[in-house]
Amino acid sequence: MELFWLAVSTIAIGVFGCVAWFWGSNMVLDAVYPPRGPRAGDNIRKASMIRPWLFLGPAILFLGLYLVYPVFDSLWRSLHNSDGSRFVGPGNYIWALGDGKFRESMLNNMLWLLVVPALATLFGLIAAQLTDRLKWGNIGKSLIFMPMAISFVGAGVIWRFIYEYREAGETQIGLLNWIVTRLGGDPQIWLTLIPWNNFFLMIVLVWIQTGFAMVILSAALRGIPEETIEAAILDGASPLQVFFRIKVPQIMGTIAVVWTTITIVVLKVFDIVFVMTNGQWGTQVLANLMYDWMFRGTPDYGRGSAIAMVLMILVTPIMIWNIRNARKEGR
Amino acid sequence: MEGMAGQKSSLTWVVNISAFLLVLLWTIPTLGLFVSSFRDRDQIAASGWWQSFSAAEATGFVRTGTDADAVQVDGRYVIEGTVLEGEQDLVGWGIRAREPAAFAPGEMTEIEDGWQLTVNEDGSYRLVSDAPFEMRRGERIFTTTTVPPKFTTGNYQRVLTAEGLGRAFMNTLTVTIPATVIPILIAAFAAYALAWMEFPGRALLTAAVVGLLVVPLQVALIPLLRLHNELGIGKGYLGIWLAHTGFGLPLAIYLLRNYMVGLPREVIESARVDGATEFQIFRRIILPLSFPALASFAIFQFLWVWNDLLVATVFLGNTREQLVMTGVLRELMGSKGGEWEILATSAFISIAVPLIVFFAMQKYLVRGLLAGSVKGG
Repeated sequence: MELFWLAVSTIAIGVFGCVAWFWGSNMVLDAVYPPRGPRAGDNIRKASMIRPWLFLGPAILFLGLYLVYPVFDSLWRSLHNSDGSRFVGPGNYIWALGDGKFRESMLNNMLWLLVVPALATLFGLIAAQLTDRLKWGNIGKSLIFMPMAISFVGAGVIWRFIYEYREAGETQIGLLNWIVTRLGGDPQIWLTLIPWNNFFLMIVLVWIQTGFAMVILSAALRGIPEETIEAAILDGASPLQVFFRIKVPQIMGTIAVVWTTITIVVLKVFDIVFVMTNGQWGTQVLANLMYDWMFRGTPDYGRGSAIAMVLMILVTPIMIWNIRNARKEGR
Repeated sequence: MEGMAGQKSSLTWVVNISAFLLVLLWTIPTLGLFVSSFRDRDQIAASGWWQSFSAAEATGFVRTGTDADAVQVDGRYVIEGTVLEGEQDLVGWGIRAREPAAFAPGEMTEIEDGWQLTVNEDGSYRLVSDAPFEMRRGERIFTTTTVPPKFTTGNYQRVLTAEGLGRAFMNTLTVTIPATVIPILIAAFAAYALAWMEFPGRALLTAAVVGLLVVPLQVALIPLLRLHNELGIGKGYLGIWLAHTGFGLPLAIYLLRNYMVGLPREVIESARVDGATEFQIFRRIILPLSFPALASFAIFQFLWVWNDLLVATVFLGNTREQLVMTGVLRELMGSKGGEWEILATSAFISIAVPLIVFFAMQKYLVRGLLAGSVKGG
């Protein structure tokens, strides 16, 4: 109950504080440069130069302190030793290049990057096309979209149940092993099965992200001008040809956006690996490796920051691409 | 795309069936967890959840009593007991592991040295011998049993109280609500300024927001943890609210700005001509008109904060009283890896609220996703 009041009062203080800031600072501005009287024109001009910054102030403060400053601080830390007391130059990066776990993480991240965006986009596209004209299409879409609302940890539990292993001869309660034994195979401990266990982890993220891809691609498919499709059908194109030759090329731009958005999610993948294998059995990824170095018995902030910076460097091309697109559109 | 009349119906069938299979494939994992959360421990171990709607057949064995349990009846030695427990029904029994249903209930068989064994339908067995039994361990009786389908809400009661999930639920709520409300307010003002006010540096700031959208959280963890410690915020709710506000702002500003830019210019211009101040325009015109975008972001942020594990583990403590639901779930996966009745139930409680929000507000979620992505293409 105490907690409840703490939460309520924080919301109240937070909301009230925000409103008070915006309202109050506007009042002050209007008092200092009143938009009337002999110098009204001049005052309005001055006030309208300051006002945007009042509106933007809190946002800039938060963005600066919680996103921009950390990038530079991480860069600084990545060039120092474990507690930041000694400058080591590129030492942490050189260490990383020679570290087995780091190499494994890089390799796995690349594997994730190749597999997950491709599969999620592909399944999303198929789902979007299949459910498009069905009577029950919307319900179907909802159900495929649903995993988006489930936490990575929850998804981890759900899929670990599917991969659950019992010794051969016992009743298999994991769906996958049940199917495998039904087909005459031996039950496997899927999550320790190097190197395939990586793919069993990736499936979880594909399962989550497909709905996202489907929703966006479905909207894009509907945006395709009808005439192009009708013309193709009149020319005798088969449904498959219509799909691959007419529809897909027209939504390539959207496919690229979906692909890059999922790429970002994949680069930062953490929870799934953290709760399902914790990076054991050859499944380590960068984000989890970074967490490891940050929270082990004696944390090494230098190495942890270096790994975080590697992630930052990996997302930079996408960042630049996004900014370019946004600017093109803004014009 | 439906072309020739003859192909049409077969194609429709193919589409219907493949769509159905795809939906099934995507639903089954969650369904399995949901069904399992209503089964008790023994049932989960005895059969797969997909078999839970029919009577589950299971095999097992029990050992008979030993010499010590034997009683003398009419000069013969008798050991009695039962092979069933709970609500099991006996289908068959046997004395070898390979043939757990060699005999029907009520039949009698002879084990070595003239020992006679009978197992009745009610599960009671009777082992009779003319000479005293000499055995250190009981004889094994293999059984084939069925359990009628049974569902219970007991798991939920246990998990909410004993496993501390009730507390974690409150913690998650405490983290989530302020972390959703505060960024909306801050972002709405900023988005309005970026969309409708003229000032130098506007394009640059907008580009910066787009850039910050993809900054990996990992970069911020160590610096912010140290910053919070130095500021005296430490680990606690205030810290995590601030962190989530910071991390959520780029998306909030981006979504809201894109939406506000599309609002009709005339409405805002005419309000300005009528002498309305920027603050009035924002409050009376922009905010009400932007409701769909505000709702979209609110859902995103709610789902993201509710489902987050990383930020909570770093910025909130890890004691039992402070854990959020994802944290508890993670801990349970470690300590109760095999107790699926606990895991399934806890997981389902933790995903129930996001699922409700998802199904109730799907329209806004889809709208937000489209605003965020399709435009970029």
